[in-house]
Amino acid sequence: MIAFLIKRLMHAFVVMFVISVISFAIQSNLGDPIQQMVGQSVPESQRAELREELGLNDSFLVQYGRFATNALQGDFGYSYFFNEPTTEVIQRHLPATLELVIAATLIIVVFSVPIGVYCAIRPRSALSRFFMSVSIIGISIPVFLTAIMLIQLFAIGVDFSPFPVDTGWGQWLNGVLSTEGGMPSYGRGNDLTHLFGTWDSNFFSLDGLTYLVLPAVSLASIMLPLFIRLIRAEMLEVLQSEYVKFATAKGISLKRIYFVHALKNTMLPVITVGGVQLGTMVAYTILTETVFQWPGMGLMFLEAIQRSDIPLIVTYLMIVGLIFVVTNTLVDLIYGLVNPTVKLTGKPA
Amino acid sequence: MIDKKTLLASLLGASVVLPLPALAQDSASDSDPVTLRMAYDADPVSLDIHEQLSGGILQLSHLTHDPLVRWTKDVKFEPRLAADWERIDDKTMRFTLRDGVKFHTGNDFTAKDVVWTINRLKRSADFKAIFDPIASATAIDEHTVEIKTHKPYPLVLNLATYIFPMDSEYYSGETEDGDPKDEIVKNGDSFASRHSSGTGPYEVVSRQQGVKVEFERFDDYWDKDSPGNVDRLVLTPIGENATRVSALLSGDVDFIAPVPPNDLDRVRADKNVELTTMSGTRIILMQLNQKRVEAFEDPRVRKAFNYAVNQQAIADRLMKGFATPAAQLSPKGYEGYNDSLEPRYDVEKAKELMKEAGYEDGFSVSMMAPNNRYVNDAKIAQAVATMLSRINVDVDLKTLPKAQYWGEFDDRAADIMMIGWHADTEDSANLFQYLTECPDPETGAGQYNAANYCNPELDEKVAQANVETDRAKRAEMLQAVEKALYDDAAFMPLHWQDLAWAAKKNVKLEPVVNVMNFPYLGDLVVEQ
Repeated sequence: MIAFLIKRLMHAFVVMFVISVISFAIQSNLGDPIQQMVGQSVPESQRAELREELGLNDSFLVQYGRFATNALQGDFGYSYFFNEPTTEVIQRHLPATLELVIAATLIIVVFSVPIGVYCAIRPRSALSRFFMSVSIIGISIPVFLTAIMLIQLFAIGVDFSPFPVDTGWGQWLNGVLSTEGGMPSYGRGNDLTHLFGTWDSNFFSLDGLTYLVLPAVSLASIMLPLFIRLIRAEMLEVLQSEYVKFATAKGISLKRIYFVHALKNTMLPVITVGGVQLGTMVAYTILTETVFQWPGMGLMFLEAIQRSDIPLIVTYLMIVGLIFVVTNTLVDLIYGLVNPTVKLTGKPA
Repeated sequence: MIDKKTLLASLLGASVVLPLPALAQDSASDSDPVTLRMAYDADPVSLDIHEQLSGGILQLSHLTHDPLVRWTKDVKFEPRLAADWERIDDKTMRFTLRDGVKFHTGNDFTAKDVVWTINRLKRSADFKAIFDPIASATAIDEHTVEIKTHKPYPLVLNLATYIFPMDSEYYSGETEDGDPKDEIVKNGDSFASRHSSGTGPYEVVSRQQGVKVEFERFDDYWDKDSPGNVDRLVLTPIGENATRVSALLSGDVDFIAPVPPNDLDRVRADKNVELTTMSGTRIILMQLNQKRVEAFEDPRVRKAFNYAVNQQAIADRLMKGFATPAAQLSPKGYEGYNDSLEPRYDVEKAKELMKEAGYEDGFSVSMMAPNNRYVNDAKIAQAVATMLSRINVDVDLKTLPKAQYWGEFDDRAADIMMIGWHADTEDSANLFQYLTECPDPETGAGQYNAANYCNPELDEKVAQANVETDRAKRAEMLQAVEKALYDDAAFMPLHWQDLAWAAKKNVKLEPVVNVMNFPYLGDLVVEQ
């Protein structure tokens, strides 16, 4: 266990090192940060002065050396745009992203397990077919499109009237197709609950939760169908296995077979995939946060790219790398707990 | 920062805890406080109005500060903190300042604040170049300031629109860290980038960069005649076009700018909001690099290129009517605007000119354009490339995000380059100086002249116009320059980008917006 953790720690260091070198290497292609900082009519001499001041004229090795030395001491530099240490900027944006990911994860867990199990138990029922076809659509629509559709339906509202208004059924049909809107379409709202430090939460007030719903649903929209299909497929396989057949023959109640014996074995691969997907979800927050103007790390990162805010970009990439390493480590640990036959250190048993 | 937050939190807390009768009393004296929630595509980079010369900072300046004079809708001057002005001689202008004006801190506004502000502007990297012509500013008495220029200079009033007096007393001295309070820092923290005291209609209450800025109306604002009735402003930057429009249509915000051209119809169709558009002053053009392509040295070829491009079609179809086709640099209202110049479009004539110049079979050129800087920039470049193919010119087009584009532009990396320009001084001479004068790294002339077009005679004319204080005479000179550039086909003008704002029906935007794109929100009326 300890050996495993130490190995993972070294793993993390290597990942961070590689990320920092790569992001530093591409910075010259990200554009000139000076261009973003000065007005159009500022003469070249002024720009050169500023460039020198920021150390942008030094060679790659000198710049990287300076960065690495400082980074090892926990100093990742100043954001050009926020005029603050990048770690502080990220700390401020991190809670919003984490809350979004947590909310999306909750949605995924709450819906994917029962629906997936149901679809496996009753594979031929009409409802199962319906879930399956909807999930196909869900997988194939890009996140930002889902987000824009949600905004149109639930924030702006749709006034649909192709059917005759003077008849009862026409009015009813129009009513079904139209929506009122009214959900908030951007930001986190004003009614945040302060937890600690830079963490303001959306989870503790009704107003906060309404702001959370649409972004969380669109973020979940990609993963939810994926998990439904995964759970269904795994469950189907487990239900075909010998021990389930044996248990059925022994007369154990179906409920117990489905939800205790089968589900447990179904969840193993789901946890592995889930852990990896959690990291991916952090990447998807970039799209969701942009559409909903959710003030988290994803939006911050995209804007940092537009502003060529190199120190902030590098720090963000390193932190996301760290999140990947940490979630993968956790997944491996949980996997070991759920299935004790798995050997973490990979030594021969 | 923490102080502000706790203060805000306790204020919020207090407003909840406050017994209702107290609130009722408040609202009985004057009607309910009016809040305007607005979404721009970006928020100002700093509270220091001298840190960067950009649209965002100027929009902020008009909220928290007031200029000496400001532009009216038809690009004329309107007195603000300067009640009156008078030209003493060719090099001297005397401003009489308004009496009884207070800063947000409660300090009185006097001539010394104006002098202090001008001296600070001359130190600012971004504003230095504009304020170069000014030799000195002197306080004659409490309410009189004299501005002297090195040479006779006609644009003192244009410059005065940039003089937003700052509270000199407030910005004097040192912070706890020992930094001077008046320092201008581009990359890093400074007192002025976090604190603000001007004479403007609004005070900054709280600010979270990239998330939200909140303003409250200044109780002692001098302009009591202003009809403005908005008590509180909340500015949220929403960079994503579709989201900004959605925020307005869903009623989450009351006012957005800019409205993206692709959503104009959607905004127009909504019965709860109103769209306001106006022809803008930002010119979009293509530059034909004579140093890279020999053929571009021939005015016939340059003219042929101009005749080959259908500006009207670009403005109508690509820009959906959201642009004004251009034949020159100066937009209407500028002194150099020459109303005799018409956009050229005639493919037959273009072919003839190419034949005459010996390029009947055409040639190949490279073209670069940004793809996220101007409205539809990449599509416009694509359209121009297609139109040029009709005169057998084969265009190799590359579009880049703006962060990368400007580096390439500075390197003059393609034969044809796109650029958009808005004159900081709202004056034609600025356009010529940056875009068409012979490039000279020493003086900064022609800094954005990627055509390498050079006509010393015209440069001389512009220089003469810049010391001509007789405005009518000067206008004539500048118009002559426009005509000469047109005859010479020095560049390919495309259009002036239009401006658009949208707001809820009860927000009376129309009277406060202008071509410079800084709405005078202090005068904004919101009907209850």
